[in-house]
Amino acid sequence: MVAMLELKNVEAFYGPIRALHGISLSVEQGGIVTVLGANGAGKTTTLRAICGMIKTTGSIKFEGREIFGKLTESVARLGIAHVPEGRGTFEKLTTEENLRLGAFTRRDRNAVAEDMDRVYGYFPVLAERREQQAGTLSGGEQQMLAIGRALMLRPRLMLLDEPSFGLAPMIVQEIFRIMRSINENDGVSMLLVEQNAALAMDLADQAFLLETGEVVMSGDTKTMKEDESIRTSYLGY
Amino acid sequence: MAVDTIEEKLATRHAQSQLEAKLAFYKRIGLIGLIIFAVALPFLVSDFRTFQFTRVLYISIAVLGLNILSGYNGQFSLGHGAFIALGAYVAAIMMDRWGVPYYLTIIPAGLIGFIFGFLIGLPARRLEGLYLALATFGLALATPQILKKFEIITMGVQGIVVDKPEVPFGLPISQDQWLYFFTLMILLVLFWAARNLLRARTGRAFVAIRDHHMAAESMGVNAGFYKPLAFAIGGAYAGVAGALATITIQFVAPDSFGVFLSITLLVGSVIGGIASIGGAIFGGIAIVFIPNVAEEISKAAPWAIYGVILILFMYAMPSGIMGFINMLWRGYVKRLLTRT
Repeated sequence: MVAMLELKNVEAFYGPIRALHGISLSVEQGGIVTVLGANGAGKTTTLRAICGMIKTTGSIKFEGREIFGKLTESVARLGIAHVPEGRGTFEKLTTEENLRLGAFTRRDRNAVAEDMDRVYGYFPVLAERREQQAGTLSGGEQQMLAIGRALMLRPRLMLLDEPSFGLAPMIVQEIFRIMRSINENDGVSMLLVEQNAALAMDLADQAFLLETGEVVMSGDTKTMKEDESIRTSYLGY
Repeated sequence: MAVDTIEEKLATRHAQSQLEAKLAFYKRIGLIGLIIFAVALPFLVSDFRTFQFTRVLYISIAVLGLNILSGYNGQFSLGHGAFIALGAYVAAIMMDRWGVPYYLTIIPAGLIGFIFGFLIGLPARRLEGLYLALATFGLALATPQILKKFEIITMGVQGIVVDKPEVPFGLPISQDQWLYFFTLMILLVLFWAARNLLRARTGRAFVAIRDHHMAAESMGVNAGFYKPLAFAIGGAYAGVAGALATITIQFVAPDSFGVFLSITLLVGSVIGGIASIGGAIFGGIAIVFIPNVAEEISKAAPWAIYGVILILFMYAMPSGIMGFINMLWRGYVKRLLTRT
C-alpha cells in the first residue's frame, strides 16, 4: 500500500537555524497519525514544512507525487488542509465568510453549499453563529470553525496543529469525537500534532515521537500504550 | 446554557429575522436619503461651494481606493498621490494634446492607474507594514520631480491648462453644477462596484490576507496575485480621481502632487474609517474642509489648529467616523434586541 503522505529525511530551517534534523514519517490512506513531543521539538515545523511555509530539504510525497518546494496555496489545491496553530481565525469576517474562504479553491457552488450544511451538521453551534464576527466566538467555537473551514476544502488530508490548545477538557473531547467521525464518514486522513499525548494516542492509529527535531520513536499507538517504559518516559501519563 | 424548547427557538428566530428586515429597510432609506441630498446639494449652495463639493467627491473616490488597499488588504501606502498624478496627467495630455473630450479620459486614466498599480504591487509583495509605507513614501517623494523631468510630455513646471467642460443637452444648470453631477455619477458607480467586490470572493481574499496571511494561503488564496490586485484597484480609483481633478480644476502642475497630497489621503482615510466604504466620503469631506475650518479659527496658525483637530479626532473616534457611526448603530440595534 502506498502511503498517502510520506516524508523522507526532511530538514527545515528558520534562517540559518536547523529546526528539523532529517525526519521521516508517513500517513496511510484513511489513517490518523499523531506527532507528539514537547515545546520546540519541531511538531509545528513539520506541518509548516509540508505546507511549504519554510525552507526545507529532503523529500515530501503526497499520493506518490513530490510536493517538496511547492507554494503553500498550491499544496492546498492538492487537497491538503492545514488547521494552523492558534486557529488562524479571520476575525473581522463572519463565521460563514470564514467557511467560504475554506472553499476558496472550489468552483462547484452547489457542492460548496452542501458542504457548508455538512459542517453545520458536525458543529451546530457554528450555524447559530453564522452571521457573527468570527473574532467574537469562544476559543472552542473558533477551533471548530478552523476544522470546519479546513473541511470546506474537501481535503483528502488534514493537518491539525494542537486543536486542544487552551480549551476546556469537555470541549476538547467533543472536538476529538467529531474529528474521529470526520475521519470515518468523509475518509479524511489526518496528521495530528499534539501535546496532549493521552488524547492523541486514543484517536490515532500511529504515533511519532519528536525530540529536538528528530523522530526518537514511532509505532502503533496500541503497542506503544501498552509499553510501560514508553508511557512513563515519553508520554508522561 | 439554558435549554430552549423548539417553539421558543423558532419564536426568537422569527423575531430576529423581522428585526433584520426592519434594519435593512432603515439602511436603505438612509442611503436613498443621502443620495437625494447629494443630488439637491448644488441647488442649495453657491457655485464656489459646488466646486468644493466636487472636490470632495473625487477625493472620496481616491480615498476609497486607498481604503481598499490599506484598510481591506492591509498594505499601507504613503504614495497614493502618485496614482492621482498619473490619472490627472493622462486626462490633461489626452485633452490638451489630442483634443479628446473630457468624458473619454476617465476610463483610460483608471486603466493606466490599474496597470501601474499592479506593477508597483508586484515588488511590494515582499514588503510588510512600515517597510512598505516607506517604499511608497519614496514614490510620493519622487513624483513631482519625475513630472518636471519629462517636460516634453508634461510641460514641466508650467503645467497644462485644459478647457472647462460645457453643459451638455442644453441642461439649465451651471458648468460647476454639471461637473458636480458628472463626478457624482462616477462616484456612485465606483462605490457600488467596490461594495460588490468587497462583499464577494475578492473582498474575502483581501481581508483574509490582511488578518492572517499564512492561514489565507493555506486555504489556497493566491496572495501573490491578490496583493498586487489590491494595489491595481487602489491605483485605478486614484487614477479616475486624478482625471476628475484635472477636469474640475482645469489645470495640472507637478507641485500639486507632492508628499503632502499622499499623506493627506491617508489622513482622510483614517478619519473616515480606513476599513470601510462609506468612510471614504467622510474622508473626502475632512480633506477638503478641515483646512478651511482651521483657517477660519486662526488665520495666523491654521496648521496648528489642523493638528489639534486631528488629535481630537483620533481621541474621540479611534476607528474613524464610520467606526463611530457603526458603534452608535450597534448600540441602537442592541437596545431594540433587548426590548423584544
